[in-house]
Parts: sequence; C-alpha cells; structure tokens
Amino acid sequence: MAEKLKLEIVTPKGAVLSDEVDIVTAPGFGGEFGVLANHAPMLSTIKIGTLSYRKGDRQELLMVSGGFCEVSNNKLTFLVESAERGGDIDVDRALKAKERAEKRLAQAQSQAENINRTRAEAALQRALARLKVAKGQ
Amino acid sequence: MASLKEVKVKIGAVKKTAQITKAMNMVAAAKLRGAQTKMENFRPYTEKFNAAMGNLSGNMEAGQFPLMEAREVKTVELVVVTSDRGLCGSFNANIIKLTERLTRQYEAAGKKVSLVCVGKKGNSILRKTGKVRKGYTDIMGNFQMFNARAIAQEVAANFLAGGADEVRLVYGKFKSVASQVPAEEVLLPVQPAEQSAGAHAGGADYIYEPTPADIMEVLLPLYLNVMVYHAMLEVGASEHAARMTAMDNATKACKDIIHNLTLLYNKARQAGITNDLMDIVGGAEALRG
Repeated sequence: MAEKLKLEIVTPKGAVLSDEVDIVTAPGFGGEFGVLANHAPMLSTIKIGTLSYRKGDRQELLMVSGGFCEVSNNKLTFLVESAERGGDIDVDRALKAKERAEKRLAQAQSQAENINRTRAEAALQRALARLKVAKGQ
Repeated sequence: MASLKEVKVKIGAVKKTAQITKAMNMVAAAKLRGAQTKMENFRPYTEKFNAAMGNLSGNMEAGQFPLMEAREVKTVELVVVTSDRGLCGSFNANIIKLTERLTRQYEAAGKKVSLVCVGKKGNSILRKTGKVRKGYTDIMGNFQMFNARAIAQEVAANFLAGGADEVRLVYGKFKSVASQVPAEEVLLPVQPAEQSAGAHAGGADYIYEPTPADIMEVLLPLYLNVMVYHAMLEVGASEHAARMTAMDNATKACKDIIHNLTLLYNKARQAGITNDLMDIVGGAEALRG
C-alpha cells in the first residue's frame, strides 16, 4: 500500500499530531470506522473512545473525546476536545475518575438527575477510554 | 519651596513606585508569553472548525435550527468580556465604553439591552447600569474550556427561551503587543459561515455521518464554546499586553518625576548652602566691624 493518508489531530490546546499514516480507525457516531487512503470526502461526529492508526508496521493508540472529523483529499482532520497518547495518561487519576463517576452514576440513578447523570456517564466513558489506551489494548 | 526633607521623602516614594511598576511590567511580559502561546495553539482549531462549519452550512437552511433562527430583535444581549484585574491602562475602559455606546445605540432604536459580564472589571462597573443579567468573575486567570462552555450554554439557553433575540460578544481583540482594540461580533443567532471559494469545492459530495442535521446539532453548541473561549483568550493576551505597555509608561513617568525632583532637591540644597555662606560671611564682616 503505497498511498498514505495525512492524519491531523487538533485540540483547543494545539495540534497533537500531524503524520502520514496507512490506516486510521476512529470511534464514529454509529460505531468504529476505518479510513484508508482515497476515502470519499466525509464529515462525521466522534464519540469518546480510542483512535488507532497504523504507520508502516507501527500501531499507535490515542484516547480522544468528543468532536468531529473531516476527510477530504486524502487528508483526515480530527477536531476533538482532547487527545492523549498512552504514555501521557495518568492511570491513577483515570482509575480514581472511574470510581468517582461510577459512584455518582449510582447516586444519580436513584435521584434521576438528568444533567448529573449525563455528565457522570461522559466522565466514566472518558476514564474507561483512558485506561484502555494506557494499557495499550 | 518644599523643604529639603520633604523632597527627599518624595523621591524615595517615587523610586519605590517605579520599582513596583517595573516588576509588574516584567510579570506581565512573562504572562503575556503564556497567554499568547495559548491563543496561538488555539488558532488552528478555530480555523479548521470554521472551515468545516462553512462546508456544512452550505447545504443547510438556517431556519432548521433554533440556534440559527433569526427573529425580530426586541432584546439584545451583550456578552462583555473584560479582565479580572485592573492596572492595564485603558484596556477595560475601552471595552466598557464600546458596551455603553452599543447600549445607547440599541436603546435609541427601541430595543432592550441585557448584559452578561465575564471578568471582574466589567462586572463591577457595568453592574451600576442595572442591566447585568449574569456575571462571571475570577475565571480569566486560567483559561479553561469548561468555563467557556458554561457561559455558552447559559447564553444559548436564554436565547432559546426567548430572553434575548440577538447575542453579541464584546471583547478586546489582540492585534499586537502594542495595540488592542475593542471588538464586537454576533454570537447568536449563528450566522451561516461565509463560504470561502476553495473550501466548498466538492462539498456536495460529502458523506455525512450520521446526517448533516445531526452533525449541525453537535456543532452549533461547540461553535458557541469556541467563540466564547476565543474571546476569553484574546482578552487574556490583550490584558497582559496592555498592562505591559501601561506599566512601561508608568515606569518612564516615574523616572521623569525623579529627575525633576532631584533637580529641585539640588537647587534647594544649593540655595541652603548659599544662605549659610551668606550668614557666615555676614557674621565675619560684623565681627571685623
């Protein structure tokens, strides 16, 4: 596979990644999707989850949180709120966040507080995604 | 003429002031660098975001989304972003002046005006007008996206509830280290982004996942976040730049005053010596008698 795809990940804190890669797999709205070179132009929303890409025989994982991505002319641009590599993730913090979110979720369920619940759910998803990336799965 | 001692005390006081302003200048310079980097890091995000927005809104009708709906304007809400701290020259005053001018303009046209103040300075001054609907203070120190999100959500909810028919953002734009100008932008209803000719080439062929309308639902609130956050970053950088210039001027003024006072002090001292000499000579003359 000679043709490469330009992958760019941009967050409000700056560009995280800009590289030529072979294949990208991302958590889209309707589930995971993969993008290869010469993909048709596309615009999709991104959920919290793990983004993986392959360059040569190297496979890399990143945790991404909500945003969207655009594919056009062999260029794949992710605009997400945050993106972290496995090595940058604080596992302890993510574990604590997970516990906290689970506790809150249990509380919110009994009280049916809507806003707190969606927030706790998002926090839980972020924590889980972080842990997954940190473990390199 | 002031006595010798008074002048000396005054010189000491001014010197201390100069020391403080000099230190503040250097602190502002260091903080400016941080704020400016943050702003520059955010720029690619905004650019890509706007490009995608433009791309998307090309095949949308504005009436489809409540956040884009243009209504007859009865109430205008101004979101005024100022700094939390003063001592930065006329920076905050300029933003407030612009706000007051806009307020008068809208009220002359028979529209109601309500204000949302971000930053302590604007809040404390504009509160007197009695038009402030909501104030956010002490959030300009460290720029956090979730602060911007809270503001954007509040403003959007008010817009949707009919509390305001148009929302404008008033803030200080960072042009360069030497120049910051007050600026205003329309926040709500969201304007369909203008198409840059290149960006939209082949836009109709896009695959939308899930549907353009659904993406727009996600993008619109995000767009407000981006706008508010952007304004906060601009104000942050402008504040430090303005303070740097103001403190530099203050230090220079202090030096001028010290120079003048030293001159005065030396003159007084010389006059004193001359008087003493006259006394001695006079005394000697009298003795020789």
